[in-house]
Amino acid sequence: MYRYDEFDAKFVKERTAQFRDQANRRLSGELSEDEFRPLRLMNGLYLQLHAYMLRVAIPYGTLSSKQMRQLAMIAEKWDKGYGHFTTRQNIQYNWIKLEDTADILQALADVEMHAIQTSGNCIRNVTSDHWAGAAADELADPRPVGELIRQWSSLHPEFSFLPRKFKFAITGAPHDRAAVRVHDIGLRLHKNDAGKIGWEVMVGGGQGRTPMIAVTVRDFLPQNELIAYMEAIMRVYNLFGRRDNKYKARIKILVHELGAENFRAEVEAEYARHPAQQTQVEEAELARIAQYFAVPTFEKASQATPVFEAAKRDNAEFARWARNNLAAHHVAGYTIVNISLKPEGGIPGDASAEQMRIMADLAEHHSFDELRVSHAQNIVLPHVKLEDAFAVWKKLNAHDLATANYGLLGDIIACPGLDYCALATARSIPIAQAISRKFSDVAQQENYGPLKINISGCINACGHHHVGHIGILGLDKKGEEFYQITLGGSSSENASIGGILGPGFAAHEVPDAIENILNTYVKLRNTGEEFLATYRRLGPKPFKEALYATT
Amino acid sequence: MSSEAKGQVMTANRLKDGDVVFLTRSGGWSEKIDEATLALEPLAVAALEARASEAVLANLVTGHYLFEATRVDGKIRADHIRERIRTLGPSVRLDLGKQADGTAGAFRPVEG
Amino acid sequence: MPLLKNNAFVPDTFVNVDDDAALPDSGNVIVSLARLQKDWNVIAGHAASFGVRLLNTDKAVQLEPYLGHLSLIVLAFPSFGDGRSYSIARALRLNGYRGELRAEGNVLPDQLQFMKQVGFDSFIVTDRFALQDWQAASHQMSLAYQRGLFRAAQETEVWSSRHEGFVAWEEQPHAG
Repeated sequence: MYRYDEFDAKFVKERTAQFRDQANRRLSGELSEDEFRPLRLMNGLYLQLHAYMLRVAIPYGTLSSKQMRQLAMIAEKWDKGYGHFTTRQNIQYNWIKLEDTADILQALADVEMHAIQTSGNCIRNVTSDHWAGAAADELADPRPVGELIRQWSSLHPEFSFLPRKFKFAITGAPHDRAAVRVHDIGLRLHKNDAGKIGWEVMVGGGQGRTPMIAVTVRDFLPQNELIAYMEAIMRVYNLFGRRDNKYKARIKILVHELGAENFRAEVEAEYARHPAQQTQVEEAELARIAQYFAVPTFEKASQATPVFEAAKRDNAEFARWARNNLAAHHVAGYTIVNISLKPEGGIPGDASAEQMRIMADLAEHHSFDELRVSHAQNIVLPHVKLEDAFAVWKKLNAHDLATANYGLLGDIIACPGLDYCALATARSIPIAQAISRKFSDVAQQENYGPLKINISGCINACGHHHVGHIGILGLDKKGEEFYQITLGGSSSENASIGGILGPGFAAHEVPDAIENILNTYVKLRNTGEEFLATYRRLGPKPFKEALYATT
Repeated sequence: MSSEAKGQVMTANRLKDGDVVFLTRSGGWSEKIDEATLALEPLAVAALEARASEAVLANLVTGHYLFEATRVDGKIRADHIRERIRTLGPSVRLDLGKQADGTAGAFRPVEG
Repeated sequence: MPLLKNNAFVPDTFVNVDDDAALPDSGNVIVSLARLQKDWNVIAGHAASFGVRLLNTDKAVQLEPYLGHLSLIVLAFPSFGDGRSYSIARALRLNGYRGELRAEGNVLPDQLQFMKQVGFDSFIVTDRFALQDWQAASHQMSLAYQRGLFRAAQETEVWSSRHEGFVAWEEQPHAG
């Protein structure tokens, strides 16, 4: 994992002091709310439905045990004993006081964390594959580049007042778990025949009210040119991105209005004007950062895993969890443990301080001190010995953290919705809870196979409903909540935007509608065919007919 | 027979801690919606706006706005679900917010 | 509105000349980009010292033919959140402009250091803030990760400082 050196530590310390001064000036009235708002937003402090909300950055979703314990401490000391892990791999606290915020930022700085640029029209926290450095299919760990981008984008003087927020996602694996095609910039690592690393640069993806799939502007950008090329893209966006309408201000609209070819030409012209300056420094810095992400010293495991096999044989619950929640590690004898934060009827992504500490302990003892936050609002222990999996499961199970629904129907992504969010038009969480309760039988979920249900409480799409296999969007119709269903979205390497199926539903009708859709799928699927594949083969028609025929 | 009156309530967040507060009959800010003043006609609404603007300038509150509410038998109920959740707390965590600390007022919880 | 330069309020020696007004014989004159382009034949040989005011929809490249002749470029911040002029400033500096670069409009202490880092060295500011507020605001952060910025003497460029044998790019003590 990356560790701060004296420079990083000083940077965050000064930034915290700066915020303390700004908050004091606001409390004393020296700064007006209009002046303070952009300053607090650039430090992750929102005003939400019930109180201030603090969003803390978890760069590329990677955490140490110590950091996780500090997040638990903050939840207990300054919030109400829990936190919410988000689709951008961050954590949010919902009940924060302005007068406490500088102290919280200091507590974060103590464990090499911050809330810088988790909001505002700037480059936001970089997200990445939550299995980075562990996945069997990975070409190389993308996180050193993630850290390079974190540093480069931190308080970038030129790009702190962009037309709109700006999100990076990066992946080092061919199977895209970071949704890179629906980000402002997505970076995908490739290796050429000579084994040299280069990056595919994708620009202009996004969700919100105008969902778009990113276009590729470079197939194979040499790694040492990355920062200089990003500067060119950012400069074109900063100068030409629309500022007349906030709903048309994201880079996707600029790419769309210019056309992919013209946009690429603008970027290349800008890049040619200011070619990479002394890229050796970036190379040296990347090499320095990469040392922190060195592959851990894995034990040379024997091929046999008798404890694991026996536990699966003797304990059906564990066997089911092992089947669904473990993923292939690149080292034999190790596994990736996916901890579902989606217990039956639970609030997707919420974890209590106690649960955070349990997960931190497990990471310390069984996963080289590392945890990950996934964009699906789950927690990952990336490097667990298969022979330890049963012990890990037992401890998780004792704390309501062993739900065996990873990647299945119950693993629902949901934004906070109208229960917490000032922008929401409808609630998201109760819908997730109702669906989760209706389909509480995990055996039934396994029968439906891999399935992504995403719920957003407004058109801003923080629940990523556009890329859910089944997407649910909550809207307000004359003061009543109602929900629109989309089918066929995907955030994977074959990304697609879901299509609206038909008229919306009242909240209580949604679980039955989902069941209807899934029954239709089960009836029509070929052997072994996943939901998304069946939908892509057949299109919306049979689902529409089933859903709207009889009523 | 119950008595009903429709009007508007001024709300904001207290600057220092973000708590949801309502403008009261005495011109102060209360965490309890039942202590809010319900403006029934335009002059009263304008008075609420004037007082809220003063409180913003005095750095007591931030993010103020009016919402529609109904007084039923002396108790005030927000008309829209968004404001009801705001006067109660999250509908998915009944142990948190005003509904848990006794400042929620007479109408509870959000149904649905 | 005071002019802030070199951490002090100083008199503004430049005068604005409207597009349809006659050019003074000498002194320091600010004209629009349109005027600069239209009357370049006159301006190129004129005794006055010239500055130009750009709109934030103008492009830095449009000034390339004139850069050597300009002693001031004024860039606009029509609102707090409109960051286009940061990029225009950076591009002008990267293109080699070394004269005075002035920010006007919505300039607040909390943006001052960013503006200095992209190359601004003078600022038309609101009189709401005392001089010491501006002085304090100009060095809130003592280090920056980005390379190629304009930095005050005490500011550290992190990446090049971490590695032996590299010097900060565009090492140039800041005028402001």
